[in-house]
Amino acid sequence: MPWLKILSFLLYPTFYAGMLRLMVPIVLGALGEIISERSGVVNIGLEGIILLGALFSTYVGHKTVNLWFAIGAGLFVGLLIGLLHALIAVYLAGDQIIDGVGLNMFALGIGEVVLYLTWGSFATSPQLPREARVPSMGGFSPFVILTIGLALLSWFLLEKTRWGLRLKAAGENPVAAEAAGIDVYKVRVIATIIGSVFTALAGIFLALDWLGGYTKNVSAGRGFIALALVVFSRWNPIVALGGGLIFGFCYAFSLSIPSGIIADQVLYSVPYVATLLISMGFLAKARPPAAVGRPYKRV
Amino acid sequence: MKIMVLLRKYIKPISESIISVVIGVIVGSIIILLAGYSPLVFYEALFSGSFKHTRAFLDTLSYMIPLTMTALSFAVAARASVFNIGAEGQMYMGALVANIVGTFLRLPRILHPFVAVIAAFLAGGFWGWLAGILKTKRKVNEVVSTIMLNWIAFYIVNYVSTYHIFDPKAPYKTAYVLESSRFPPLVKGTSFTADFIVAISVAIVVFFLVWKTSLGYEIRAVGLNPTAAEYGGVNPERIASIAMFIAGGCGGLAGAFLVLGRFGFITTTLTNVLNWGFDGIAVSLVGRNHPLGIIISSFFFAILNSGALEVQVATSKGGQIGVPYELVLAVMGIIVIAVSVPGLLDLIRARLRRVKEVEKVAMA
Repeated sequence: MPWLKILSFLLYPTFYAGMLRLMVPIVLGALGEIISERSGVVNIGLEGIILLGALFSTYVGHKTVNLWFAIGAGLFVGLLIGLLHALIAVYLAGDQIIDGVGLNMFALGIGEVVLYLTWGSFATSPQLPREARVPSMGGFSPFVILTIGLALLSWFLLEKTRWGLRLKAAGENPVAAEAAGIDVYKVRVIATIIGSVFTALAGIFLALDWLGGYTKNVSAGRGFIALALVVFSRWNPIVALGGGLIFGFCYAFSLSIPSGIIADQVLYSVPYVATLLISMGFLAKARPPAAVGRPYKRV
Repeated sequence: MKIMVLLRKYIKPISESIISVVIGVIVGSIIILLAGYSPLVFYEALFSGSFKHTRAFLDTLSYMIPLTMTALSFAVAARASVFNIGAEGQMYMGALVANIVGTFLRLPRILHPFVAVIAAFLAGGFWGWLAGILKTKRKVNEVVSTIMLNWIAFYIVNYVSTYHIFDPKAPYKTAYVLESSRFPPLVKGTSFTADFIVAISVAIVVFFLVWKTSLGYEIRAVGLNPTAAEYGGVNPERIASIAMFIAGGCGGLAGAFLVLGRFGFITTTLTNVLNWGFDGIAVSLVGRNHPLGIIISSFFFAILNSGALEVQVATSKGGQIGVPYELVLAVMGIIVIAVSVPGLLDLIRARLRRVKEVEKVAMA
């Protein structure tokens, strides 16, 4: 029974810790994007935000040897990018997709520049000191609880509060929303910034918790997987959490198969193939917010 | 009179592209200053890298080959309103297939490269078409699908080159393709290879295809307004898939030209073909998604790319390289962000007008 032996990893808690770890960044990114898109602003620069969040929290973590400063730096970067994207998407009525692509390119480039100029390496920063890393709670990351909490909070805010109603109105029909006295610009700017800060948390998690430093292209497509998860979840934070768990399970499963049975390349490509297949199966029925990606111009 | 109208039509987009580039250069300077280097030294090195002698200039021209192709990949899809950021993966597939055809098929000298190029076009085209069909049949957003396909292509090429077509003497790369399949250098001792002519010809063919044929008309009609196009008897889904096939084909050609022209092989981790696909997005946007604009802007980005290596040397201190090559990628990102703002020129003009009015009031 070699297969039973191989699958015995399912009995160990490390497998589930790994599954949750893989879930965290994509769910955080997806939550941010859900809030942003429901207000009508697409941000495909998730990948770049994750990179920059990871980069600057690592940088400040090394300089100050203080966890809170490091987290603060990552969040601040998220806030700045959100502000820039909101400025372009909302006030300048710019092309939101192109802006996101530019951000991803910029982040990839600047990541290498800072990596090399600060630590003299093109691949990875040195490990962060323990004082600047998120402590583990019995093998599990506190970010797991944070992610679950944020998913519930986002759902509550979007579905059960006045604020959520206004946000969704801006994303469905900005003209009607404006007529009803909602400041669409303001709502969209705030939603975009919150979305970007959530996504920056994913980068902070990768740098300060999981890896303990910055690595070249550390986001590895997670920002785009998060985008797929948004559509899969039909813009519902709780479904996104569930989807993230399924995804984490598949990914952890593929990583747990001992090497030599299947070629590494096949295992590495599992998350990307899975994302495609899941998108194909589920997306056909999903309906995005009506005004998503479309700039709203006040008359 | 007609010339004036034509000029007006082109001056605005061109000046907007130039402004975007200027913004990129300015922000780049700030980053260089923050890093503790002189922007002047940086930009001097950047441009001298391309113009200091003929050989450097020809090398710069050779960088235009992959850039033009991946930019066309983005542009053709964009004309049909499909946001193709999958030129990277399409290029990997093209490079792989060109490598296989160039190594394992025995054909006469002139014929061989063209067979390899056509095979690469089909491979890249298939990869692009997949994203097109996923979008039209299953409503999968092309931004997500093309990125996923990029990664999948990466691991396919990584797998095939690691286990099947590696060079036994140097397992980190594939064996050199047969000499009969190579595009020879147009000038001896440079990487300015014959595929440059093919690449420029492809750009011109794409121009005619998109602007002078009925298929091209349908592509642009779908891009401008799919509903109206449908009323006009065009099937938008079919057209989007066809556009993605052509786009993917162009991406595949980028890979083929890199393998059959400049390099003759791919490394198993694809390091020698990486990133041209993403650079192509910037090239296409600055070239206003127009084949002729792309030729011009790919020349500019070729200067950036070839100069970037020069910069590493010029800013080096004590044997260590200075500002790494990737800064150019960051500058490109800024340029793309600047391009995303429509009517950049109008914004600046409105601001200038306001300043003038304020001045007038102040004078009075």
